[in-house]
Amino acid sequence: MTQTDSAQNGIGIGAYIAKHIREYGLLFALIAIMAFFQIVTGGVLLRPVNITNLFLQNSYIIIMALGMLLVIVGGNIDLSVGSVMGFIGALAAVMIVTWKLPVGVAIIVCLICGAAIGAAQGYFIAYWKIPSFIVTLSGMLVFRGLSLWLLAGQSIGPFPQSFQALSNGFIPDLFMVGRPNILAMAVGVVTVLVLVWLGLRTRARNARYGIEDEPMGLFVLRNAIIAAALLFVTWKLAWFRGLPNVLLSMVILTVIYVFITERTTIGRRVYAVGGNAKAAKLSGIRTERLTFLTFVNMGVLAALAGMIFAARLNTATPKAGFAVELDVIAAVFIGGASMAGGSGKIVGAVVGAFIMGVMNNGMSILGIGIDYQQVIKGLVLLAAVFFDVYNKNKEA
Amino acid sequence: MSALLEMRHITKTFPGVKALDDVSISVRDGEIHAICGENGAGKSTLMKVLSGVYPHGSYDGDIIYAGEPASFASIRDSEDRGIIIIHQELALVPLLTIAENIFLGNERATRGVINWPETFRETETLLAKVGLRETPGTRVDSLGVGKQQLVEIAKALSKNVRLLILDEPTAALSESDSQALLDLLLELKAQGVTSIIISHKLNEVRRVADSVTVIRDGATISTIDARGGDLTEDRIVRDMVGRSMENRFPDRDRHAGELVFELKDWNVWHPEQRERQMIRDLSMNVRAGEVVGIAGLMGAGRTELAMSIFGRSYGRNISGEVRMNGQPVDVSTVDRAIKAGLAYVTEDRKTLGLILEETIRRNTILANLGAVSNRGVVDEGRETEVAEKYRKAMRIRTPSVFQKVMNLSGGNQQKVVLSKWLFTNPELLVLDEPTRGIDVGAKYEIYNIINDLSREGKAVIMISSEMPELLGMCDRIYVMNQGSFVGELTAEEASHEAIMSLIVRE
Repeated sequence: MTQTDSAQNGIGIGAYIAKHIREYGLLFALIAIMAFFQIVTGGVLLRPVNITNLFLQNSYIIIMALGMLLVIVGGNIDLSVGSVMGFIGALAAVMIVTWKLPVGVAIIVCLICGAAIGAAQGYFIAYWKIPSFIVTLSGMLVFRGLSLWLLAGQSIGPFPQSFQALSNGFIPDLFMVGRPNILAMAVGVVTVLVLVWLGLRTRARNARYGIEDEPMGLFVLRNAIIAAALLFVTWKLAWFRGLPNVLLSMVILTVIYVFITERTTIGRRVYAVGGNAKAAKLSGIRTERLTFLTFVNMGVLAALAGMIFAARLNTATPKAGFAVELDVIAAVFIGGASMAGGSGKIVGAVVGAFIMGVMNNGMSILGIGIDYQQVIKGLVLLAAVFFDVYNKNKEA
Repeated sequence: MSALLEMRHITKTFPGVKALDDVSISVRDGEIHAICGENGAGKSTLMKVLSGVYPHGSYDGDIIYAGEPASFASIRDSEDRGIIIIHQELALVPLLTIAENIFLGNERATRGVINWPETFRETETLLAKVGLRETPGTRVDSLGVGKQQLVEIAKALSKNVRLLILDEPTAALSESDSQALLDLLLELKAQGVTSIIISHKLNEVRRVADSVTVIRDGATISTIDARGGDLTEDRIVRDMVGRSMENRFPDRDRHAGELVFELKDWNVWHPEQRERQMIRDLSMNVRAGEVVGIAGLMGAGRTELAMSIFGRSYGRNISGEVRMNGQPVDVSTVDRAIKAGLAYVTEDRKTLGLILEETIRRNTILANLGAVSNRGVVDEGRETEVAEKYRKAMRIRTPSVFQKVMNLSGGNQQKVVLSKWLFTNPELLVLDEPTRGIDVGAKYEIYNIINDLSREGKAVIMISSEMPELLGMCDRIYVMNQGSFVGELTAEEASHEAIMSLIVRE
């Protein structure tokens, strides 16, 4: 058939939203879920201390979702991240608490160890073509077992202050006011300005090349919502203890991964491999090496997440990271990635992780039992993917 | 003979597009009726209307089948009335046996328990009818495409077919398999089965069709009766493209320059069956500006040859030498082959050539990302410029380069693949079946592009199963059989007979 003419420039706001329903839907879903819990928890959700908690509680999931997105876009899956995270936390505890190694050394060894674990799994997946589901399922068992062995079934802790700072530390207020924390607010304002500036620059470039872009009204509205949310959050944070260290590392990592996936050749190639590995290979892309690298990357991020998690609890426990892989994978799929590979966005995965995080947090505040929590989270995942498939069918 | 099927004034609209605009077609009982038209003319939509994929009510117009108005709500409905479609992409389950496939969804069973003896007995009868000498327990993935096609037809027969619809049945078949299939259609006709075939291969249409309906831009252009005697290929082509096509191949001036590509003593073994040699002591060369064809039957090893040269993408224990401009080059991986100046346009553009979910822009730059990026960072502006440049140069018909390639027609998809490879600036282009599944008009455009390339001094190797195409386009033709070249013909020496006799002489 001849192509439909919907891709022409200058379409209305409604039509544009309909076409990009997935991206806007995700944003609205997050806002709606937050509003819902804000109301039913009687305002507890958005208290400064709870917002801070939200970031601390979910940081490790978001960090792993960044790596998981690349793995899933590349057409694979990693079931081992929860176990790897627990194992690295245990390793860190043994090195720092039991062996009294310097914290800096331990952190570096842990990251290298994470890379090595990713490399080992990636090797079998990329070069021996063993399905990632199987390799990482075995990895899940292996590293769960190894962390039990390492900890001898006990919890090890506490960590020295310098290691705890990975998670529980706050960036000191450079302006010496303390409360409200001026640095936090300044960072909020600067971030908003940078986002708007980047958005305008992209619009200008799109206009120059005649690339279809969102209508101006929608651009203003979307940025206003995001700016308001950012300023609100930083304002709240400023009235508690300021910017958590972990928030900073999360934001920096997110920015780096957005850049990698959208602007670099290596990011493009990962999408190409996930979209059609054979065509990518015949286009001169070294598909095996890329797949291998996505797993190495995942291993490093899982190691980082493991340390942050251990630092937050101030102890390494044999149960750390149990079933976390499922939350991470769910976040990526809620964020709109396709199981078949080749599509998905970093920002989507991060928002997906926040949706999971807000639900966990909100339901815990309400005192909803872990039984119902699981049921609800499961249904939300199904609903998100159903929404995706439904829209795709409507398109076709 | 009376009409078995009449579709009257069928109009089908999709949001924004009128796919069918008042199409009428009448198929006589017991005839073979061909439907011809360019890709995107509306043939497949028409068949989907007929078979109930688009249910009654979603289109305007009437279908009269076997003398009464039909209103099919689903494929199941139309199948119950004996209308069976065999799609271009075969719908067999590769890991199941022939018998299991034939009776899939239609099992010979009582209360859910399959009666295997009966299933096998009936399968044997059906296989005998379609002339397939295989046992019912053979797994389908061990059969070639030609035989799989026969299994599909046997499956249709098992459902008491009255009207058999074949969408491009011979597109993937070798010459001899195609002939066998066409003979089978004629035989079924003798047994009273009416067929509709959709085909781009006009010689086949002329051979079997009793009448031809030509569709263009969603409308019926003409119905030609073979008994009237004016069923000629020229007439069909004229109606299909809306203008007379004096010459199906553009003129080309021959201007071979320096030797660009040389292949010496090339040997390749089968990737799994270690004892099986696929390419044997093969040598060839191509000059700048030369279009060299490789002719051969299905399974002669042409694609295997091309892929083994291109980064060892096929085979094992590969030995031999590749020279570009007189210098030996390393082509052991795809990126090295690209660096050496090679480009390979695959036979199967959907599974090997394109990322269908991605945009034209992303596909265009895929093989040469480095050229639109600085230190690993992609310059999207540059990327867009490149894609636009090729869109215009290749005349890819699309609203913008931000369209996903899966929304394009076959011809336009092929142009995207060509764009991708031209952007790597190759010295030698290997084109594997460059016009497969593409309509006549787009073929002509692809031929023009090939001629432009050779004028620019590119060396071109063209692998094709369509003999007229090789004869019309090539300066020189290598004839391949069972992994070796059995002859080399200049354009003057080459003819259909000369090539076939070289192949069968072996």
